[in-house]
Amino acid sequence: MSDILTVADLTLGFRTEAGPARVLDRVRLSVRPGEIVGLVGESGCGKTTLARAILGTLPAEATQVGGGRIELAGSDMLGPGGGRGVRGRAVTFIPQDPFASFNPLFRIGTQIMDLMRWNSPRRDPAVRTGWYSPARRRADRAAAIAMLEAVQLPQPARILRKYPHELSGGQRQRVMIAMALLPEPRLVIADEPTTALDVTVQAQILGLLRRLAVDRGVAVLFTTHDLGAAWEICDRVVVMYAGQTAEIAPREGFFAAPRHPYTHLLLRSLPEEGRDPVGIPGSVPSPLRPPPGCRFHPRCPRASQVCTEQAPPLLGEGHLTACHHPVGGALGDTLDG
Amino acid sequence: MVWLNIVLNRLVWLVPTLLGLLAIVFVLSRVVPIDPARLAAGDNASPEQVAAVRHSLGFDRPLPEQFLRYVAAVARGDFGTSLFTQQPIADDLAARLPATLELTLVAIVLAAAIGIPLGVVCGLRRNSWLDHVLRVVTVSGLAVASFWFAMQLQFLFSMKLAWLPLSGQIEGFPPEHVTGLMIVDALLTGDTEALRSAVRHIVLPAITLALPAAATVVRFTRNGVIGVISSPSVAYQTAMGYPRRLIVWKYVLRMAVTATVTQLGLIFGILLAGAVVVETVFDWPGIGAYAVRSILQSDYNAIMGFTLWAGAIFVAVNLLVDLLQAAIDPRGAR
Repeated sequence: MSDILTVADLTLGFRTEAGPARVLDRVRLSVRPGEIVGLVGESGCGKTTLARAILGTLPAEATQVGGGRIELAGSDMLGPGGGRGVRGRAVTFIPQDPFASFNPLFRIGTQIMDLMRWNSPRRDPAVRTGWYSPARRRADRAAAIAMLEAVQLPQPARILRKYPHELSGGQRQRVMIAMALLPEPRLVIADEPTTALDVTVQAQILGLLRRLAVDRGVAVLFTTHDLGAAWEICDRVVVMYAGQTAEIAPREGFFAAPRHPYTHLLLRSLPEEGRDPVGIPGSVPSPLRPPPGCRFHPRCPRASQVCTEQAPPLLGEGHLTACHHPVGGALGDTLDG
Repeated sequence: MVWLNIVLNRLVWLVPTLLGLLAIVFVLSRVVPIDPARLAAGDNASPEQVAAVRHSLGFDRPLPEQFLRYVAAVARGDFGTSLFTQQPIADDLAARLPATLELTLVAIVLAAAIGIPLGVVCGLRRNSWLDHVLRVVTVSGLAVASFWFAMQLQFLFSMKLAWLPLSGQIEGFPPEHVTGLMIVDALLTGDTEALRSAVRHIVLPAITLALPAAATVVRFTRNGVIGVISSPSVAYQTAMGYPRRLIVWKYVLRMAVTATVTQLGLIFGILLAGAVVVETVFDWPGIGAYAVRSILQSDYNAIMGFTLWAGAIFVAVNLLVDLLQAAIDPRGAR
């Protein structure tokens, strides 16, 4: 089956006051239909930028695309009018901050029904006006109520009449999930959907998201800095470091046998029984002046001359790694080898 | 519930606010070096006659007693009698209110209808040529003296082009009295002649008043839009494929105009208290022109009545603004 989302060698930056910032560097990524992919990386590694680039919502005047392409459900998202007609239909979005992402002055129902008016799966795409037939409105409203029930919100009809500030963070994120699924998309992009929530609510929301997506066969691209969350819900994991794709692997292989030294260190930085977590020395480089070659080399215990000169290509079948000296490769089995 | 709270809260503050206002005006009116008794008695009055007038007006009493008497009278709805028209001040003000109200309403509607869309467009196309042009226009609109602008309008449209009347509120017979607002009355009674005349007369003064008001509206709306357009809720709606015009003209606009509504309320209050300069230049028979005449004639009962009126208007307008804010922003429930 062909991929629902393909990001190929995407290089992208922003014009800033301090000069051009190269935020994404030859990023590769693909999502197959119905698959849940975790996009993992530290804050500032470019995962939110990548999510916004896929949605086509980066500020046009400040963004410079250096190369590559983004293809989503057969549409070229970087082309002219990129993503119009795709956004909100084939691909939807769950934001990081359910508190600020609703308009505070309108009822939940108004915001949902405005979405449905334009992006409901029952809308005839040939009709370009905002005509909303009473029959379709009734059907859309029923679908909205059913979806609010599916995200386990009690008394959905009452939720529709409420203002965003009358809901808790967890409730708001459930509404966001419902809104993301209502247009019956093929892909949902969830940008750190649980970061703003209480820890106890996080697991519920993640479980709900996975279950609903699997039931409906919807693919999810899920960005997170939380490896535990990725373990919980993902089929495949993509690791980014400083705007470069470091490793792509199925969940099992990723957690059992990570190959990129960065991933290795990342997993070792998790608290675990019987040993203290180990931090990664150094810090993420600025996209204004990224190190040449592999961007991880200043912090990498395995770095050699070639790492400072050449960016490693992403190689492998199924489990891909962008590293000149992958763990389990020629230098031996362990990182400290 | 929220609205009731706002109303009660404002009413509690109404009394001390107005008392304070009265006290200030009273003191000011008694320290100006003009003898109202002499004015009232007339130029040819003898000292005995002046003293008699002073006694009958109560000006020979101690100041605190005069103040208390005045407050007591106001509390009964008696604002005193104009020293010149010999009419109760309340009647004078009431007779002139419709003209001021009509002019104010037209000017405010004009300012909002022009200012809000322009402000939105400027906010969306920040630093475009349109934004720059409008910045110059709005700054000029605020800086230009309204009497000068009024006279330029009169010169061009009344004297050179002869398109519009120079001054006044209506020509010929006014329409039958229903509400007191000429345009409304003319519409209600179907008096097309009066309607035409009333509309032609209100154009220039309304534009003069609307210019600085529209300038303020443009600036506040523009800044509101700039603040909201980069908010996460707009980013979310864009990512979810809401049409741009829906986002801007429904969702962004409502958030952007909260500050504008406050400004419009304040402008409304200022104008309602009497557009002093404009009413004078255009010979508009409203409260502002009355205030000017009262000041020139040292008719200080009228001045105090007018000031009290202006203060009451401001309290009322603030209440109105609060209620509007509550209607716009449901989070006011806090």
